[in-house]
Amino acid sequence: MAASDFSHLIAAAADTIALHAEELTALDQAIGDGDHGLNMKRGFEAVRAETDAIAAKPLPDALKALGTKLVMTVGGASGPLFGTLFMTLGKELPPVPDRAALASALGKAIEAVSARGKSQPGQKTMLDVLQPVYEALAQGKTASEIVDAADHAAEATVPMKALRGRASFLGQRSIGHMDAGARSTALLVRAVAEAIEGS
Amino acid sequence: MSNVGIVIVSHSPLVAEGTADMVRQMVGNEVPLAWCGGNGHGGLGTSVEAIMAAIDRAWSEAGVAILVDLGGAETNSEMAVEMIGEPRAHRIVVCNAPIVEGAVMAATESSGGASLKEVVATAHELSPS
Repeated sequence: MAASDFSHLIAAAADTIALHAEELTALDQAIGDGDHGLNMKRGFEAVRAETDAIAAKPLPDALKALGTKLVMTVGGASGPLFGTLFMTLGKELPPVPDRAALASALGKAIEAVSARGKSQPGQKTMLDVLQPVYEALAQGKTASEIVDAADHAAEATVPMKALRGRASFLGQRSIGHMDAGARSTALLVRAVAEAIEGS
Repeated sequence: MSNVGIVIVSHSPLVAEGTADMVRQMVGNEVPLAWCGGNGHGGLGTSVEAIMAAIDRAWSEAGVAILVDLGGAETNSEMAVEMIGEPRAHRIVVCNAPIVEGAVMAATESSGGASLKEVVATAHELSPS
């Protein structure tokens, strides 16, 4: 991937997080501690500020640098979780990945996020979006089908009962709200898919 | 100092500092002690960067035991340990224990010269299994 393409991906990701920061915070206020939107925005703006340095690296190193930046700047549990996602993608992907390599790396990244958060799909977290995205990717679905799968998966967290994270303290009361981390994951999937399709 | 270091990580700087005060009252300056709390931007939360710095401040060749409050503090502490990496990482343990009682008990154990394993075991005894 050329440096300009990775710059484009960073801009697309940071833009969608900034655009939806208030919505993410509102989702998190309903069943969490209400800082998800602001935290994610801070992290992605910090990444955006270093776009040139990050995008100049080969893809694996660029992803690792992006993940590390998120870990250091998000300032909540989302930092290590999203950071681990990108850092593991960086560790697993070859410099010029094809779809099979992308699917395989995402599978490894999901395992790493799962270990970091001590969580599994079905517990109302970002994993509930990542898992179907991985499956769609592995099954050869189109970019728009993958984006749809992510959006549906985020919606599907609404009736779930939270079993991990701050929302789990609320037990039954977590039912009826979308998980903020699932929503931000779906937003990032859309941004990345559209940026890759458009390039 | 060769006693095990204690690091206190809370979402609230007030809770972290207050817990550290209680530890100091129990063990004086016999134990390397550091705390951090807040997201680094004035809000509640925990910061990997601040946790890494606290581990440095409380560092002991005997190791460091970390006491945390809510889940995010645990996740961020585990990330901090991973980023510190070997050879120090295997001498840093995130304890599964209530933060205040765990910190006081772990520090008391440490002040007697106990090993990291013994300090962590003392803290873990406070958790319902």
